[in-house]
Amino acid sequence: MTRFWQIVIDGFAISALYALGATGFTLIFGVSGVLNLSHGAIMVAAAVAAWAAASLGQHGPYLAAVAGVAVAIALSLLTYGVAVRPVQRNPRIEVAEREIFILTATLLWGIIIQETIAYLFTNNAKTVPPLVDGVITMLGVRTPANEYFTAATCWIVIGLLWLLVNRTRGGKVVLAASMNPRGVTLLGFELSTMYLAVWSVYGLLAGIAGVLLGMFLGVSSYSVGPLTASAFSIVVLGGLGSVTGSLVAAFVVGYLETVTAYMISPAYRTIPPLLLLVAVMYLRPQGLFGRR
Amino acid sequence: MRARVTSRFLWLCLLFLAVASILPLWVSAYVLGLMTVAYYTAVFAMSWDLLFGFAGEVNFGPTFLIGLGAYTAGILDARFSPALSVGWCVLAGAGAAVIGGLLLALPALRVRGPYFGLTTLVAVLMLQNLVIVFADLTGGEIGLSVPDVITVNPKLNYLIALGFMTVAGAILFGLSRSSVGLILQASGQDAVQAAALGFNITKHKLFAFGVSAFFSGLAGALMVFYMGSASVGTFIDVAIAVQIIIAAVLGGRRTVLGAALGAALLIVLGETLRPLGQLATLVVSIVALGVILLFPDGILGALGGERS
Repeated sequence: MTRFWQIVIDGFAISALYALGATGFTLIFGVSGVLNLSHGAIMVAAAVAAWAAASLGQHGPYLAAVAGVAVAIALSLLTYGVAVRPVQRNPRIEVAEREIFILTATLLWGIIIQETIAYLFTNNAKTVPPLVDGVITMLGVRTPANEYFTAATCWIVIGLLWLLVNRTRGGKVVLAASMNPRGVTLLGFELSTMYLAVWSVYGLLAGIAGVLLGMFLGVSSYSVGPLTASAFSIVVLGGLGSVTGSLVAAFVVGYLETVTAYMISPAYRTIPPLLLLVAVMYLRPQGLFGRR
Repeated sequence: MRARVTSRFLWLCLLFLAVASILPLWVSAYVLGLMTVAYYTAVFAMSWDLLFGFAGEVNFGPTFLIGLGAYTAGILDARFSPALSVGWCVLAGAGAAVIGGLLLALPALRVRGPYFGLTTLVAVLMLQNLVIVFADLTGGEIGLSVPDVITVNPKLNYLIALGFMTVAGAILFGLSRSSVGLILQASGQDAVQAAALGFNITKHKLFAFGVSAFFSGLAGALMVFYMGSASVGTFIDVAIAVQIIIAAVLGGRRTVLGAALGAALLIVLGETLRPLGQLATLVVSIVALGVILLFPDGILGALGGERS
């Protein structure tokens, strides 16, 4: 029975973290149609920056976490400026081919970030000091208090994002732009400022997810690929552009991985989600909650 | 104009082949080994370009096909070494890759764009996991060593790779310039309209996947017997897939031969930058990103002048 509750609690924390990471990914895709393959690199950069501020800069855990998130926001804007906007603005790239160019450019940009991290701070795994100390025993399971803190933070941030998109004027403009960018321009809203704002919000989400991941599991430059792949598969599993779908898919993937890791072997944890993904791609290509 | 560019280009290719075939007379075995790998990578990139540049399929998993070919050939040889000759193992590898290619084509007939791209990425990750899970058969993360090699002579290995690349390049280039290539291009740009013109899209797409898979698998299998071992890091890893995609885009999409040029350039560049150590990958990525942003038509596109 203890093991059951352990799976429930660990799975919940992991899933919440996946959900937060995938939400940012979905947001960018929904608004500008961009699949950002440097996602994992930005998350890892945030965690490594927080680690560096804490262990090399001797700053407290809160300041370190803020530094990590700030780095993620800066990198996110840089991604837009270096790898996305030049492709969208290039007249020699046909509209039909923009997708593959943006995918390739963001992928290369992610590798550039990853290699810079590896060069400056080596490939070793790094753990960010937790914001909350201590252990909580609930239902017979001893869990670090920071794990509960991680899950709570993820849900609060996702809730705030929902409020921002659905209840504020700026958010409604973003929502409208995701449906019809031209119509929004005709109503007098500047699209380029809006894109900058969306990429900043994306950086904030990826940064928080990255720093929390650094506290929970630790990161190294090797985590870049798997992180991007898991965000990508969660978003496709839930249906591209559907935030609800991403949240549900994050929990499906998170729990599948945790159950596999506890019941079978940690080595096989990525296989069931991949099988599920293949099945969904064959049977329901638009994802669980996607529209065609 | 275009015809003149093409014919000048053909002469350049022949000149390159002439120089390349007498190269073993004066360069060291080290350079030959490097070029052997470059030629096999060139075939990987050309096969990818047939699928992406012409059929318009965003295939993130060229290494799924390569890995299938490489591991099928390697495992068969490791299990039945004296009874089964190297030639049969290589053919079986190519066959396995074609089956894999047709399996990969099934979702491509239903889903498009990023969805298909993801399916191919998942295929690579699945294969990678399978290799690690069935470690007693595949050697797992350590790698699989095969008892036989084609030859230990570096000059002969070099010539085999050069000959293979020439034949594969000629067939793929010929296909891309034939009516099949045009139909593929049409179906990649507007499948509905191409079908309305009476072309059998499904048949042509399956054919493109089959051909691409055949050459990828064959090259993978041959490379196993050149290296004497197969590992996830050299044949299946996503990083290898990325390298192949970058090579094709760098050389110029929809040119087939540009992909070969990009692959050779990338391998040689990576090797020359080796003294930089860890920074080598960083420099290669920055150069590749710069080329993609500044010259989206790639090297051949920039050399060939404006294309419509």
